[in-house]
Amino acid sequence: MTTRTKFFVGFVCFAVVAAAFASTPDVKAAQPTAPALVAQAGRVQVDFWHGLGRPLGGILEDIAAEFNASQTRYHVNATFKGSYPETMVAAIAAFRAGNAPHIVQMFEVGTATMMAAKGAVKPVHELMKEAGVPFDPSIYLPAIRGYYSTTDGRMVAMPFNSSTAVLWYNRDAFRKAGLDPAKPPKTWAETRAAAQRIRSTNAAACGFTFAWPTWTQFEQFSAIHDTPLATKANGFEGLDAEMATNSPLHVRHTQALLDMMKEGSFKYGGRDSAADALFPSGECAMIHASSGLRARVLRDAKFDWGVAYLPYYDDVKGAPKNSIIGGAAFWVMTSPRRTAEEYRAVAEFFKFIGRPEVVARWHMESGFLPITYPGITLVNALGYYAANPGADIPYKQLTRSLPSRNSKGLRLGNMPEIRVVLQEEMELVFQGQKSAKAAMDAGVRRANEILRRFEKVHTGQ
Amino acid sequence: MHRRVVFEGKFLPYLLLTPQLAIVIVFFFWPAWQAIFQSLLRQDPFGLRTEFIWFENFVQVLSNPFYLSSVRTTVVFSAAVILLAMSSALLLAVMADSGVRGAGVYKTLLLWPYAIAPAVAGALWLFMFHPTVGIFGRALNAAGLGWDYMLHGWQALLLIALASAWKRVGYNFIFFLAGLQSIPKEVTEAASVDGAGPFQRFRKIIFPLLSPTTFFLLVVNVIWAFFETFGVVHSLTKGGPGKATETLIYKVYVDGVVNLDLGGSSAQSVILMLVVVALTAVQFRYIERRVHYQ
Repeated sequence: MTTRTKFFVGFVCFAVVAAAFASTPDVKAAQPTAPALVAQAGRVQVDFWHGLGRPLGGILEDIAAEFNASQTRYHVNATFKGSYPETMVAAIAAFRAGNAPHIVQMFEVGTATMMAAKGAVKPVHELMKEAGVPFDPSIYLPAIRGYYSTTDGRMVAMPFNSSTAVLWYNRDAFRKAGLDPAKPPKTWAETRAAAQRIRSTNAAACGFTFAWPTWTQFEQFSAIHDTPLATKANGFEGLDAEMATNSPLHVRHTQALLDMMKEGSFKYGGRDSAADALFPSGECAMIHASSGLRARVLRDAKFDWGVAYLPYYDDVKGAPKNSIIGGAAFWVMTSPRRTAEEYRAVAEFFKFIGRPEVVARWHMESGFLPITYPGITLVNALGYYAANPGADIPYKQLTRSLPSRNSKGLRLGNMPEIRVVLQEEMELVFQGQKSAKAAMDAGVRRANEILRRFEKVHTGQ
Repeated sequence: MHRRVVFEGKFLPYLLLTPQLAIVIVFFFWPAWQAIFQSLLRQDPFGLRTEFIWFENFVQVLSNPFYLSSVRTTVVFSAAVILLAMSSALLLAVMADSGVRGAGVYKTLLLWPYAIAPAVAGALWLFMFHPTVGIFGRALNAAGLGWDYMLHGWQALLLIALASAWKRVGYNFIFFLAGLQSIPKEVTEAASVDGAGPFQRFRKIIFPLLSPTTFFLLVVNVIWAFFETFGVVHSLTKGGPGKATETLIYKVYVDGVVNLDLGGSSAQSVILMLVVVALTAVQFRYIERRVHYQ
């Protein structure tokens, strides 16, 4: 009780203070645009909650403002609601209060939760059809379309900011270590050799690290090796999927990481994005991280760097396949008082953000993937890839093969929780408390319990 | 000398109580009732499918080995924080009370950490003890101690305990100082005349006379260590590595807000609520008997 009370009191205080701070600039900003506000009064208002901080959120809000300026009937109010999990919780709370926003941005691992919330979410294919807005899903890259589609190929969410994991490497450190900066490692054997060499020549304090441990070393890793992360096509074919991350390949890889850590060629950089900082600072010469790290590397890295494909074990049949996506998509939420005209407004906004010029601009300014084929064509025509070598690696890696059952994406309930479980088990291996096999088995057992809980909640069985 | 204030009729007293009651009901009883109700349900996050399952959530929580290890973590963490925060505050207060030069400045400076928001405190400690960016972190590694709180559980626990205790020292210090200053000088002077040394004076006279303050601080610090340390954990370790720093309150947050298991998270809050009620009751019933009130 004490917690909740204190939480609420704290929250109220925070809200009051935040309101006080927020209202001051608003008043100032509102004055010159007063006529615009009057003009907006007759427009259909669309509430759009997103989870991107600055500078990315600013670019997104600019796109919404452009949409508002491009026509006179609809008005999208883009609002930052905190990190992705915070935005998700805010949207859920608002839905429960009968007050959901029209559009909410949700990270890719929330996909299964959103899809299971039938009645709370309006699938995009249904929205476009009802609103009579022409919509062609085939312009989206297959790995992106697949992630957000039902098994029979109908899109449920609107992709927007998709990323994928790539290898970032320090070309100066490669040179210093006597490695060829034009030849980044292609396989895990080469990765290890390069990392050892970087350490033995002391070209960098750390040879190799990775951010987003579960995403880069399990999710991407499984897709690239055409190996299931979970049964039932990674959960696409049913809520009764079970984890498969204790396969010999996963155990072998975890053991290899441990060996690398022991010999000093790999350094564990912490959970989620914590390791990101180790690359631009020059400490680690190689990192597996999001393609979205680009803006930060451009800004902070004081050395010559390059981007390359994620490595693979060359003795695994079928490798390398396409990688999978991360990032977030837009979901349409329902509400008891929602009108057809409001859905129409959402559909028009989605049509707008699917335009090649918007896709291209978002890609070039933010570093997220170009998500449609016309968008890529336009970016190419603008000469962006010629001027920015390596900027096309993420989408090339994503499209280097047609997605298989194992590289289409994930549809696992409570995925954020599963990610944490796998991170924890990996950490136990690195701490020397568990063998790779024991940790992977425990990870599967624990993650399966989480999947069963999700299944129970959504089917009552 | 006692004067009783008597209100005319019954209306006015209730009217005067209304604002306080409204706050208590809205921010205390209503959420508590919601938590109890939710803890008996299995529900998807959106509230589209609800099932009444009696105490299944409680059974699951209490049979979960990670919950039990979280209890252990919380006990170790709280004990460390309380011990550190109270003993160092007492030491500082005794020193301040013995009339050091510039005691005013000293007191004000000691209060500062208490005014710092937990998230900011977390960031400060992060900058000091981060294994690669932090000043002390680098120094520890240069000394060959293998400091990396992102990998070693005990280091992470030590770090959040230090950061939390540091934030609490100022608060405890002020109360201890006030307590010390309210002890009449005649008592200690009489003891000195009888030949008691400084240590004996402290143990036999000052500490017993200080016990009401110590007791009050103990109660407040227990509750504080249980509930108010969320910000430091969140900004420093997020419960990791493994689950080494996942305290009970942090687990409520992780399961409810991150994992969206509303039933399980509510069951945990209800358990916590009972624990605090029990702890407070025990403290007042048994420990208070040994407390000397003047």
